[in-house]
Amino acid sequence: MALRSNFSRIIHSSRGIFAATPTRAFSPLAGTHFRSKAAAATPAAPPKEEETWRVSNYSGSHGGLSDENRVFTNLYRDGDWKLEGALKRGDWHKTKDLVQMGRDWIINEIKASGLRGRGGAGFPSGLKYSFMPNGSPDGRPNYLVVNADESEPGTCKDREIMRSDPHKLVEGCLLVGRAMSARAAYIYVRGEFIDERRALEVAVQEAYAKGLIGKNASGSGYDFDVHVAYGAGAYICGEETAMIESLEGKQGKPRLKPPFPANIGLYGCPTTVTNVETVSVVPTILRRGSDWFASMGRTGNAGTKLFCISGHVNNPCTVEEEMSIPLRELIDRHCGGVRGGWNNLLAIIPGGSSVQLMPRHVCEDVFMDFDSLKAVGSGLGTAAVIVMDKSTDVIAAIARLSYFYKHESCGQCTPCREGTGWLWMLMERMKAGDAKVEEIDMLWEITKQIEGHTICALGDAAAWPVQGVIRHFRPEFERRIAEFQARHEKAEVSA
Amino acid sequence: MAMLRAGASALRRVSRVSRVAPSAPALIADEAALLRPAAMQKRGAWSPTAPAYAGGLNVHRDSADNTVDTPFDFSDENYAQIQTILKRYPKNYAASAVIPLLDLAQRQNGGWLPLSAMNKVAKLLGMAPIRVYEVASFYTMFNRDKIGKYNVQVCTTTPCMLRGAYDILDAVKEHLGVEVGGDTADGLFHVMEAECLGACVNAPMVQINDHFYEDLTKKTVKSVLSDLKAGRQPKIGPQIDRNGCEGPQGRTSLKTPAGGPFCRDLAAAKEAQEKAQ
Repeated sequence: MALRSNFSRIIHSSRGIFAATPTRAFSPLAGTHFRSKAAAATPAAPPKEEETWRVSNYSGSHGGLSDENRVFTNLYRDGDWKLEGALKRGDWHKTKDLVQMGRDWIINEIKASGLRGRGGAGFPSGLKYSFMPNGSPDGRPNYLVVNADESEPGTCKDREIMRSDPHKLVEGCLLVGRAMSARAAYIYVRGEFIDERRALEVAVQEAYAKGLIGKNASGSGYDFDVHVAYGAGAYICGEETAMIESLEGKQGKPRLKPPFPANIGLYGCPTTVTNVETVSVVPTILRRGSDWFASMGRTGNAGTKLFCISGHVNNPCTVEEEMSIPLRELIDRHCGGVRGGWNNLLAIIPGGSSVQLMPRHVCEDVFMDFDSLKAVGSGLGTAAVIVMDKSTDVIAAIARLSYFYKHESCGQCTPCREGTGWLWMLMERMKAGDAKVEEIDMLWEITKQIEGHTICALGDAAAWPVQGVIRHFRPEFERRIAEFQARHEKAEVSA
Repeated sequence: MAMLRAGASALRRVSRVSRVAPSAPALIADEAALLRPAAMQKRGAWSPTAPAYAGGLNVHRDSADNTVDTPFDFSDENYAQIQTILKRYPKNYAASAVIPLLDLAQRQNGGWLPLSAMNKVAKLLGMAPIRVYEVASFYTMFNRDKIGKYNVQVCTTTPCMLRGAYDILDAVKEHLGVEVGGDTADGLFHVMEAECLGACVNAPMVQINDHFYEDLTKKTVKSVLSDLKAGRQPKIGPQIDRNGCEGPQGRTSLKTPAGGPFCRDLAAAKEAQEKAQ
């Protein structure tokens, strides 16, 4: 109720700050009340020796992946991306035998490898695939949908797979499809990736022409089709049920769950939606063995990962590295360091726009893996590292993300449809300092009202970056507000 | 998203409508003023680079070249293409093909989608026309008003913004002499501000029709636009000496050539797994 009345204030009141008699409407929210709530959101710091997320508390070492352990060997397009080059690099090698090893063997291998979904949530892939019904007990076919709707700000890894190594993806579709007894795979490519989609379409045609997919795929006796579908510019279609809706030719609006797609998905049939990178690493895991994959990274965070490092670094690039590489080492080793040196670092968003940013002192001592980043209140997400140096207007950077989510909200759930717009409006005012200190708490409260109250995770994704910037940069908000007020008071006095 | 667009940016309405129906602006401008709280108008919180999307209005307004009677039919090649597209989907789910078909129609029609094309797609797929309109207005890549031949989409989301995307946008606006959402007088260029286009390590970048132009500076973006204007195809991809997503200072990995095909002994692997269970 308090929230609502405050909101009608933001939107309808003409001026709050300069009113002759300051309003008391904010008093229940004012002062330390909410600040303590903000602090409570940070996990209470356990004693240092128990902080397993810290690099300094860990005895092993990860990172510095050698070239023979890479999955994506054509990342920089040294070789031919078409079938001939792919065969030379070892794609489609013994695929027939792998398919004939059967569903259970493939699932068990993926489980043993410790592969976790590369699309952001980090759910164990083997377990996810095992949810699919075996065969088709009621006559409905199973479908595999590959999520190539890569739109998360900061992320550009699937794009590289599709244009430089598309056969890894096509072969992965067949093997993952076998693991979930699927009849066909739909690869849903985002609409803007037109050149990438054409490369993928060529790869699919080549594979059909050689009999690698289609009827009796690769001579294994298993029938499997791969289709390339595409969207037309909607971030929300990266959400699994929105993607299914979009594939069915509707607006990309997420479905309420349950029923989960593994029961009722595309065309009402059991469906699993999975990320391009997850699918593309599966053939290599099966050929080289689950122990090989599991030997990399910390326990529970196995394997290699494509990292895309953008923003204020000297050498922005996409690179494949071992999971659990320390963040600082990733930036120093591959990106030529932060622009102006490590001490010039302000903050890093480690996993695409949806996760919380981390200030420098956290960045110094954190691993790039699911568990470590989760422990510091952020997340690995898609491993898209956005680096911001001290020249960055951090509030403007997050306000731009708020605008992104406002633009991309599908409009289905009220908290997200309305809330993302509010977040953006408030962040725009915070950028200029044109707000009251209490409104910082109100902004926090709004993010909490959105988070967890929507059908899909877009609401959460819109809330988290704002929460992160409040958590770590609250003094900056307050400084701007004070400066703005001082400036305008002076103007009033001189008038 | 579509609903949001309908309500959120009154500014956008003004700019779009004034192009489509010359008689409407005065009336819509009043509507805009009503929608926008006085406080916001004064402070201009809505105004900074209010992005104009090709989405524009969610309702159709007749214009000289866009009425229900405007002739539209697919070309023979596109009919053949439609047959291949339809084969991807189960027969009773032809509606699945609506996005590819609208895309085909838009390409055939020079980058925008008239009402008659949507109706044609509805007829071909056996859908109610409203279902097609819903899709066409939801997805941002469908332009339901006529736009210039080259659709210049400048990505300004945070990763690009950090690398100076707004300078690029300013350079584009200055070079073409139009604002965001506007078209050049010669009908060649349309300028849009786009959300993340997924080439973040190559920021800042623009997408012009089908291709990405990456690692831009103010100077190179202007030369790309000049090339297009002169009818030349500029270099696609990075505009600096850089290979795709490899760092501009050179690579730090994949320095040795990739190994050949490899596979472990699968029979032994199967046995080992069975034993382990």
